[in-house]
Amino acid sequence: MSRARHEPLAHLALAAAGETTGPDAGVTLQAAPYQPAVILRGESGNAAFLEAFRAGMGFDLPLAANHVNSHAGATALWLGPSEWLVQSTTGQAEHGRLAAALTGHRHAIIDHGDGQQIIRVSGPRARDVLSKLCPLDLEGPDLAPGRCARSILARCSILLHPLPGGGYHIHVGRSFADYVWRLLADAGLEFGVAIGGAG
Amino acid sequence: MLLLQCPWCGDRSEEEFACGGEGDIVRPLVPEELDDRAWGDYVFMRRNEKGIHFERWRHAHGCGRWFNVARSTVTHEILASYQVGDDRPELPE
Ligand SMILES: [Zn+2]
Repeated sequence: MSRARHEPLAHLALAAAGETTGPDAGVTLQAAPYQPAVILRGESGNAAFLEAFRAGMGFDLPLAANHVNSHAGATALWLGPSEWLVQSTTGQAEHGRLAAALTGHRHAIIDHGDGQQIIRVSGPRARDVLSKLCPLDLEGPDLAPGRCARSILARCSILLHPLPGGGYHIHVGRSFADYVWRLLADAGLEFGVAIGGAG
Repeated sequence: MLLLQCPWCGDRSEEEFACGGEGDIVRPLVPEELDDRAWGDYVFMRRNEKGIHFERWRHAHGCGRWFNVARSTVTHEILASYQVGDDRPELPE
């Protein structure tokens, strides 16, 4: 069964992709397409639960605060001591595989893909743009690739995920996507902003 | 702007947190056995300390967890932060 998804940023006519303000774009903004994702709750002190996850998914849940583990198209981001965001990077929903792996172990899986919008911020001035809006220490080792952090961007809760290839994914609740996108575009004006295509 | 230490996430800006007021207040086990004065004390009365104040904070825009903080209400210095359920730490005089 398929259903039409309303992209949270569709009304901003991002079809204007490729548009650049200023002579050189210091920062590129992209609205990432829908990615299946779930929030997983479970006890990090429960060895059987952790082992069941590893057996089913092929990798360990990150137990260290604000760490990220990935394997074969799935990524688990630490959100709290008993809470993770598990997202698929292939577009293939992991919900069923996860639920099957954890059957019999105390846990909760909440579908989150439609609840969020991911905005990719990249380019040589990406960190400068985020620093204007977010109190995290973006230069320290805590926000190298392989880490993540929930924080606040202006007045909005975000999940910040530095990407291995450079740049950041910013996860925001879908109804905040417009606010966050416009803030980033405005904060980037002094550096020049390019609007990237989906991806 | 305070720099608070979340027991899980480490040092983070005050903007990410919500203060939950005085800590270590235990809800009476059998509220219906309390008279109005005792219930009023539980609900409303606080120490309003000048000095070291033990209080609850939540990492609201971070990991979402509640924890305890010892803070000087005179200087705003954060003297300790520790998980819910842990004993109050020894503080320097
Ligand atoms: Zn935290």
